[in-house]
Amino acid sequence: MRHTISVLVENKFGVLARIAGLFSARGFNIDSLAVGETEDPTVSRMTIVVNAEDERILEQIKKQLHKLIDVITVIDLTKKEFFERELVLVKVAAGRENKSKLEKIVHKFNAEVLHSDKDSEILEAALKEEEVRDFLSVLKEFGIKQLVRTGKIAIPK
Amino acid sequence: MTGAQIFVEALKKENVEVIFGYPGGQVLPIFDKLYDAGIRFILTRHEQGAAHAADGYARATGKTGVCIATSGPGATNLTTGIANAYMDSVPIVVFTGQVKSSLIGNDAFQEADVTGITRPITKHNYLVKDVKDLARVIKEAFHIASTGRPGPVVVDIPSDIQMAEADFEYPKTCKMRSYNPTLKGHPGQIKKAAKAIAQAKKPIIYAGGGVIISEASPELNALATRINAPVTTTLMGLGGFNQRNELSLGMLGMHGTAYANHAIMESDLIIAVGARFDDRVTGRLDAFAPNAHIIHIDIDPSSISKNIKVHIPIVGDAKNILRELIDEIKKAPDTSHWLDTIREWKKKYPLRYDNNSDKIKPQYVIEKICELTKGEALICTEVGQNQMWAAQYYTYTKPRTFISSGGLGTMGFGFPAAIGVQAGCPDRIVFDIAGDGSIQMNIQEMMTAVVEKLNVKIAILNNGYLGMVRQWQELFYNRRYSHTTLVNPDFVKLAEAYGAKGMRISKKSEVEKAIVEAIKTDNVVIMDFVVEPEENVFPMVPAGEAINRMRGLA
Repeated sequence: MRHTISVLVENKFGVLARIAGLFSARGFNIDSLAVGETEDPTVSRMTIVVNAEDERILEQIKKQLHKLIDVITVIDLTKKEFFERELVLVKVAAGRENKSKLEKIVHKFNAEVLHSDKDSEILEAALKEEEVRDFLSVLKEFGIKQLVRTGKIAIPK
Repeated sequence: MTGAQIFVEALKKENVEVIFGYPGGQVLPIFDKLYDAGIRFILTRHEQGAAHAADGYARATGKTGVCIATSGPGATNLTTGIANAYMDSVPIVVFTGQVKSSLIGNDAFQEADVTGITRPITKHNYLVKDVKDLARVIKEAFHIASTGRPGPVVVDIPSDIQMAEADFEYPKTCKMRSYNPTLKGHPGQIKKAAKAIAQAKKPIIYAGGGVIISEASPELNALATRINAPVTTTLMGLGGFNQRNELSLGMLGMHGTAYANHAIMESDLIIAVGARFDDRVTGRLDAFAPNAHIIHIDIDPSSISKNIKVHIPIVGDAKNILRELIDEIKKAPDTSHWLDTIREWKKKYPLRYDNNSDKIKPQYVIEKICELTKGEALICTEVGQNQMWAAQYYTYTKPRTFISSGGLGTMGFGFPAAIGVQAGCPDRIVFDIAGDGSIQMNIQEMMTAVVEKLNVKIAILNNGYLGMVRQWQELFYNRRYSHTTLVNPDFVKLAEAYGAKGMRISKKSEVEKAIVEAIKTDNVVIMDFVVEPEENVFPMVPAGEAINRMRGLA
């Protein structure tokens, strides 16, 4: 099962390496990881999405994270109500004949056109996990030339 | 003050009485200040020796051990010692010099990414980038190393930081929002545990190194007595419970006593205290103690339910929790049947070896050392058969008397550790029980011991083999002794070359005399016991099997 874990850490150099090392040393897989400063500049928040086969592994991940000296709190958002978004930048093939079709999709997903030229468009969208999947599968028909994703960020209610 | 002066002053504030280490280019400013700092400095002959000595010192005294080395190879040579301390939760603070800040990342001479290399083998580590942070960092390092579940902390100090100037103000306290170990057990959980104990018919206490770290031996003894439960300890827990007590089952696990292994397998309640259900203890996990309810007291939440599902976890300091648990127990369970069964196991399966041969049996040497030191010596061991025999055949009655590399299993640990132990406990008799393989892994420390008059008694159980590996080859690899036969130097001459005393003992009748003489000798002594070459450590549970499936029982 996929879990979204929100981790508050000291905003110091080397913290990301400690977290990454913890996962790699134990063979846990990170699906995505996003880091940024919080309202308090001495604290960063990491949103980590992991796929844990069972509860025991998830428990270990949380405990091991908490054990790191620079980790302040670990919250498993999966059990709470939270909002999540992932920012997607995508360059799709779009000739003249496809522009209007693409416009509908942009509208449907609340996306934005950042750039458009005669055979491609660069789109931006901030979406939930499933919506990203849908968005990209629709765009696949046009041909995705380049895709950049931030990984998920999340905030509890 | 310069960074180097701050370093010395900070160590004085931490009451550091001895530093083990080795100088080099990037720690010159610090060594210049150490020259007349008035803190004892013990120059080892290899950085690994310094790390193990600091580790041994910490285990024997309960204080934090300190070692120092230069950048690059100095630091990388420390890493085995750091990993060893990490696995066994030993508080040491390790200082390393680093190349100048401006050169970091430039592949400079003797540069290594020390914080990167040591990240997975330390409790925490620091690269000091500003001399203004140095005092606080040292304060935090000692705090982190010695509190909660202890462990090594590395402080990497670039040489320019050692020379830079800052005001010295040593913080009185250490407040870290991200580090607050839980010390007090949850009262609800303690109540639950007390209830489970009252209902148990076949309880067993399984005690690990945590009992020794938290100084909880008196409480452990009180609990065992209160509820009439037998106590088995891990390798790390030896000495945590008096083995002369009738309730003692000795060590459990792969080379544990048969009665300890049978008892834990048959138990209906395991009270685990400061132990972590290591694979050498549990054997095959899905067959481990099938009928037991498990209470687990540990300061490290991540140790709980890591390998074995625990029913009543209690996170906190063992000493606190045991005290509260004892108070909470209203009625002791009736364990008389259970203790009868255990008594029968003890009678049926005692630890035994065949002592009828003329050759010296290694077990006999350990028994004699125990007898002649009245069980009062501090016993360090190397790793392998020597370690297991030392665990089995010496009777441990007090905490901090058995010093051994448990988790990492580091050959070459025992002798430098013994040097640290002797430095911390100058009035005690310190033995290193060694094999002919292990002793050669840090033999260079002979010079350290002799020069510093740290008169460790080394008992080499010389079987001409890497004995434990040979034993596995005998039992599981069709006696194909691939590269386990050792050709050894003359250990007597070697001892003499270092200015120590050497003895070779090849007759059983000479064993006692040699030990007595070694104890009396005011010098480092190597006793080279020529022992039965193919003696095995029994009982033995083959790796991956249930721990009641022991081999080598009568």
